[in-house]
Amino acid sequence: MTPKEKALIEAKNIVKTYITGAGEDCTFYALKGVSLEIQTGEFVAIMGASGSGKSTFMNIIGCLDKPTSGEYYLDGENIVGTRLDKLSEVRNSKLGFVFQGFNLISRTSALENVELPMIYKGIPPKERRERAMEALKIVGLIGKEQNMPNQLSGGQQQRVAIARAIVNDAPVILADEPTGNLDTKTSYEVMDFFVNLNEKMGKTIVLVTHEEDIAKYCKRTVRFKDGNIINDSLNTERAARYKEGLV
Amino acid sequence: MIDFSSTFKMALLSLKVNKMRSILTSLGIIIGVSAVIIMLAVGQGASVKIQKDMASMGSNLLMVSSASVTSGGVRMGQGTRPSLTLKDAYAIKKNCPSVGFVAPYSSEAKQITYGNQNWSTSIAGTTKEYMKIRDWNINLGRNLTEEDISNMSKVAIIGNTVSNELFGDLDPIGKTIRIGGVPFKVVGLLESKGQNSMGQDQDDFVIIPITTGQKKVFGTTFPGTIKMINIKAKDSNSVYSAETEITELLKVRHKIGKKQDDDFQVRNLTQMMETMQSAVKTMSLLLGSIASVSLLVGGIGIMNIMLVSVTERTKEIGIRMAIGAKSNDIRIQFLIESLLLSIIGGVIGLVAGVFGAKLIEFFGSMTVYISTFSIVLSLGFSGLIGVAFGYYPAYKASLLNPIDALRYE
Repeated sequence: MTPKEKALIEAKNIVKTYITGAGEDCTFYALKGVSLEIQTGEFVAIMGASGSGKSTFMNIIGCLDKPTSGEYYLDGENIVGTRLDKLSEVRNSKLGFVFQGFNLISRTSALENVELPMIYKGIPPKERRERAMEALKIVGLIGKEQNMPNQLSGGQQQRVAIARAIVNDAPVILADEPTGNLDTKTSYEVMDFFVNLNEKMGKTIVLVTHEEDIAKYCKRTVRFKDGNIINDSLNTERAARYKEGLV
Repeated sequence: MIDFSSTFKMALLSLKVNKMRSILTSLGIIIGVSAVIIMLAVGQGASVKIQKDMASMGSNLLMVSSASVTSGGVRMGQGTRPSLTLKDAYAIKKNCPSVGFVAPYSSEAKQITYGNQNWSTSIAGTTKEYMKIRDWNINLGRNLTEEDISNMSKVAIIGNTVSNELFGDLDPIGKTIRIGGVPFKVVGLLESKGQNSMGQDQDDFVIIPITTGQKKVFGTTFPGTIKMINIKAKDSNSVYSAETEITELLKVRHKIGKKQDDDFQVRNLTQMMETMQSAVKTMSLLLGSIASVSLLVGGIGIMNIMLVSVTERTKEIGIRMAIGAKSNDIRIQFLIESLLLSIIGGVIGLVAGVFGAKLIEFFGSMTVYISTFSIVLSLGFSGLIGVAFGYYPAYKASLLNPIDALRYE
């Protein structure tokens, strides 16, 4: 990295504390000064036991939460101290979220779920529909666009969520245990989509998981423990399926 | 900022998802709006009816009648001591500058016959000015004339009902009818006026010259007296001055002392109608405000359901916020939902109210009047309630923290 080149995600000395009661002893440090840089095109797995601070860190880089102290730049933009409405805009246009529990809006069709981020961006209905169909095509759900979430399998729902994450052309996809609710086979299928997004569409992906085999799909693994990063390494050995060119 | 039609569609969708709940919530507004519409329709109907009656009676009217007799402490009622004479009427005409028209008036129910037909009706003795006072027109033939009065002509002008009863389809003009045995020539047919405010048929009526009546038709317990004098003031501004002038004049003419009660009574009909009108207005205002309480209750129902809805959909709100909804977007979405609930309720209530008012008109034989004002008022009010009672839940939704909302199960 040349000095001029800014990292896509640049977190510096992020501290997040929670007050659990009165007095100084009752301050809980969820993050104890975490610094991390992620470049465009990376595919990062964030691992750690529960309570290690990985979810808190994801919330902060997802602009859903604010750090107690520290600096955070996303795509060169200073996020700390930004107004809430501006954060909504950042989430809308720069980030795509994929959650463990899929988090689709119930009783709303797959197509309308995918259209939602574009509604908040103010894209006209016709273009919205076209782009949503395109995104559903990428995740292989053409023909299912009118299905409600409860008419889709877990893997299909997660694919709708992925379509929703990419539909606004966000450069960064944040996935919080996206395979947590899926069986192994479906998990691998979903991971293949993530690999595809990273390799073919150039999306930068940050993925929280606690499963080693899922982390193997990623190019880099960052391990959290007790609010600190304890290990940050590039994966020399990518997942077997990926290596075999199955995706 | 997101476009309105999308928000609108989203709001409509979430109302459709909970169809039964939406309908029940709107029910409060439906009942409220229809109650307001019906109450206002009945109130305004009464008011319109009074206005119509006023117009049919003629405007700027004053009536002078004999006062009651008190005999041994028993008051005998109006007109028991006939004190008014034709000369009083002429004196009023001559001496009161605020008076426009004066018509002395006496009436009695009599049996009238034509050929083998007979009919009991009210015979009124008066002068030609009576038509001017009542704003009444002659449909066929002619009015009474000065000569009819001075010559005591035996001529009659008949009302529409009388004509129908006696003559059927025949032309009544020129025919001779008998009133209590006395032959009268029909010279005019009155224009139809319909019922008055008491439901009386105003067309069941025969007019003859007052002088003829006094001499040939009416009972003569108090010879030379008349029952009342109908007066029309020059214009609406001179009604009250006419009232004063007439009272002063008659006091002098009847030699009423300072401490004596008047033996006559001057009534201002315009004033009476105005009093009635304002009573009706007060009543409809009262009914309207009672009805609007139910609108208020409906609004509270909306607020209640919207609060439930916000709690229930916390996760959805979290998802929307995570993918880029601003707090304002969330607020507007919920506001539009409550606005839709109240407006849809308002429109249904409007239809129900109009229908209900028509039913009342049909079965209760009451005049109802649905004004644009009451429609605009009730719709506007229900919209206002939607916004007012939807604002707090919507505001609450917009304040949710996305992380907490996403974690909500």
